[in-house]
Amino acid sequence: MIIDTDAPDQGASEAFRRYEFNGSYDEMFRSTDLPRKQYRPLYTQLLNLGADELRRSKQEADQSFFNQGITFTVYGSEKGTERIFPHDLLPRIITAAEWETIERGLTQRITALNLFLKDVYHEARIIEEGVVPGKIVYTCKHYRREMRGIKVPRDVYVTVVGTDLIRTPEGNFVVLEDNLRVPSGVSYMLTSRRVMKHIFPTLFRKCRVRPIEQYSQVLLSALKSLAPEGRTEPTVVLLTPGSYNSAYFEHTYLARQMGIELVEGRDLLVHDNVVYMRTTFGLQRVDVIYRRIDDDYLDPLVFEGHSALGAVGLFNAYRAGNVAFANAMGTGVADDKAIYAYVPKIIKYYLNEDPILENVETLLMSDAAQRDHVCQKLDQYVVKAVGESGGYGMLIGPHSTSEQRSEFRDRIMAEPRNYIAQPTINLSTAPCFVDGTIEPRHVDLRPYVVYGENITIVPGGLTRVALRKGSLVVNSSQGGGSKDTWVLQN
Amino acid sequence: MLSRVADSLYWMSRYFERADNASRVVEATYGLILNPAKFSSDERWFRAVSSLARGTTSTNLDPQRALFLLVADSEGVFSIMRCIAGARENARQVREEISSEMWEHLNKLFHEVTGTDLHADDDAEAMRIVNIVREGAYRFYGITDTTINHGEGWHFIQLGKYIERACNLSILLDAYFSVDKNADDLDWVGLLSSCAAFEAYCKVCTAELKPERIADFILLQPEFPYSVRYSLDRMHHALTSISNRSLSRRTGKIERLIGRLRSAVTYVQIGEVIRGDLHMYLAAIIEQCRDLHAAVNEVYIEYPIEVAFES
Repeated sequence: MIIDTDAPDQGASEAFRRYEFNGSYDEMFRSTDLPRKQYRPLYTQLLNLGADELRRSKQEADQSFFNQGITFTVYGSEKGTERIFPHDLLPRIITAAEWETIERGLTQRITALNLFLKDVYHEARIIEEGVVPGKIVYTCKHYRREMRGIKVPRDVYVTVVGTDLIRTPEGNFVVLEDNLRVPSGVSYMLTSRRVMKHIFPTLFRKCRVRPIEQYSQVLLSALKSLAPEGRTEPTVVLLTPGSYNSAYFEHTYLARQMGIELVEGRDLLVHDNVVYMRTTFGLQRVDVIYRRIDDDYLDPLVFEGHSALGAVGLFNAYRAGNVAFANAMGTGVADDKAIYAYVPKIIKYYLNEDPILENVETLLMSDAAQRDHVCQKLDQYVVKAVGESGGYGMLIGPHSTSEQRSEFRDRIMAEPRNYIAQPTINLSTAPCFVDGTIEPRHVDLRPYVVYGENITIVPGGLTRVALRKGSLVVNSSQGGGSKDTWVLQN
Repeated sequence: MLSRVADSLYWMSRYFERADNASRVVEATYGLILNPAKFSSDERWFRAVSSLARGTTSTNLDPQRALFLLVADSEGVFSIMRCIAGARENARQVREEISSEMWEHLNKLFHEVTGTDLHADDDAEAMRIVNIVREGAYRFYGITDTTINHGEGWHFIQLGKYIERACNLSILLDAYFSVDKNADDLDWVGLLSSCAAFEAYCKVCTAELKPERIADFILLQPEFPYSVRYSLDRMHHALTSISNRSLSRRTGKIERLIGRLRSAVTYVQIGEVIRGDLHMYLAAIIEQCRDLHAAVNEVYIEYPIEVAFES
């Protein structure tokens, strides 16, 4: 469909010339020339700006990202160790009412998942009562037997969560994926906001956008709340795998924003079950570790023996209660994609409430009937490996070749527990500035949830965009980009 | 401050100072070879190369190649590009410690300098890069001094900058004075410009170019930032500020070393130095700077764990 050529401004038809709808929910337009209310100021602005002006703004934004070194590392490309995070100029806008639902829904969901984690690592009542099968929990790749019976500070397992939401063609937000291990991307949310304020100052004021800049303070106080008892002035550090990690920029950014030390494994040492970092003054005790490395690499004594990223003895110090981790170890069991299918039941079980945010229908390949059904109609489903993230190890049925499908069929048959299938959902589309015109692209939304004294969700998040036309994969490792996300004041 | 962070700040600063020094030496030398003189341009390039690329022995350098080697060589460890890359790489490791302004400036400079594919015969482009670095250096020093706390990290930055400068100046003096029989006024101007000192020298000593006075100025002048004495004084200040923050540490060795170094330039007259063995005198300064570097590393960066638990 093409925008009405009778539009009042010639620039309008020019700007939206290539805006075609494809049956997805469109974030900006109700129909061809009818923008939703929250998008009207942006729409007007776009009509008044020429493509040249937009292009200039885009260049300005890119340059700003580049100079600030807001880059990420792409694995598997031989030369491009550093690239700027692809960024789209046009904001994604969420109304106060929509946000209210998201906020309540996520709070409910994270509360329940945290209770679930406490339960599976202690009495495992939910398994005993047959709500979630023990077989699925204990075969999960990220289940950590070492965590059984360990008391974590204030029973908070997940301090930071990044949950991926998508919008169905009916316009409802649903949860696609929970990220309870080491979710990343929040620095892009914060830095792109700064750049956008620079580029669209008047639009900002007109729209009354809620601020997100308080994220670092919220996170720091959540981290401090985990400090071992008696440590009134706790030392909080951020543990990074180092400057070659794809999210290194984010680690440095957050450490600087919170005013805490950014440490690497080689800066830490454990003596008598107490963790220290090596400073120019001598050794300094560490109380809380916001770790941005996976469970497997934290302590070579307990997990991956070859890892040089963590520090020897960290786990014992943790078990002794002398140091806290955020997030706790073993939280991956609750974001396993097979467990995901049970989240509505988990919410019901612990909170006795119906889920506010729905799940995407999920078929477990470990179930014979569901498996047979999916294997016959692989071209209609998205198949995902349960323990993977970042868009790796997945098949998008409608966009796949028959070789890819038969390869996945074999993989599913070989390891049914390792796969789930979901019907292909047309993610909603939002306007993006691509090649000099404005075109719709598929987007999702990752708000960041911080669990401290209580649960806080800064109004916003990372809107990820599949920048390739028609693509449904939004992960930065797979050609995705980001957009600033504006949550409006009531 | 984390030991690793202090180490990276120190090396960021050393690499940067090395690039800054190289850019001044290359610019001065390039200016010199345009004039006919007793010295051949090869000899002049060799003097520059030997003062910058330590360990180079080949005397017959093609001038074109020398310029390329000093500016853009990606194999050697001493070219201007490599030094800027080294400074940036160290800064990248400690991005949360330096200010955004410092990082942005350094990052931009890095991309400007390494972004061009320099051809060996493109003099103009090579000199453009040299100029970018020289200008960039002044800005970087300004930004560094005005955008971060003058706390421990800043003192490690100062220490790195001035220890590098003290060494570089000593090596440069040695390179000029070891062949001073053939030097003419232009060469002395070249030496002074290599130390950003020509105008300052003229203010103090007039434009009368006497080797002894020049040596005096670059070695012993207490008020000029590109003199050995000034550098050692700043190092002393940085080291004292760092050690004042950690009372219990064993800093005796560092104090002794820096004290001895300073007295070598404070209580001496240029006449005795020149009449004695200037080469040995400069070599001793360089040697003691190395010892000092090792001592700092042992006390603050790579101390043994047993020592840490003793106190």
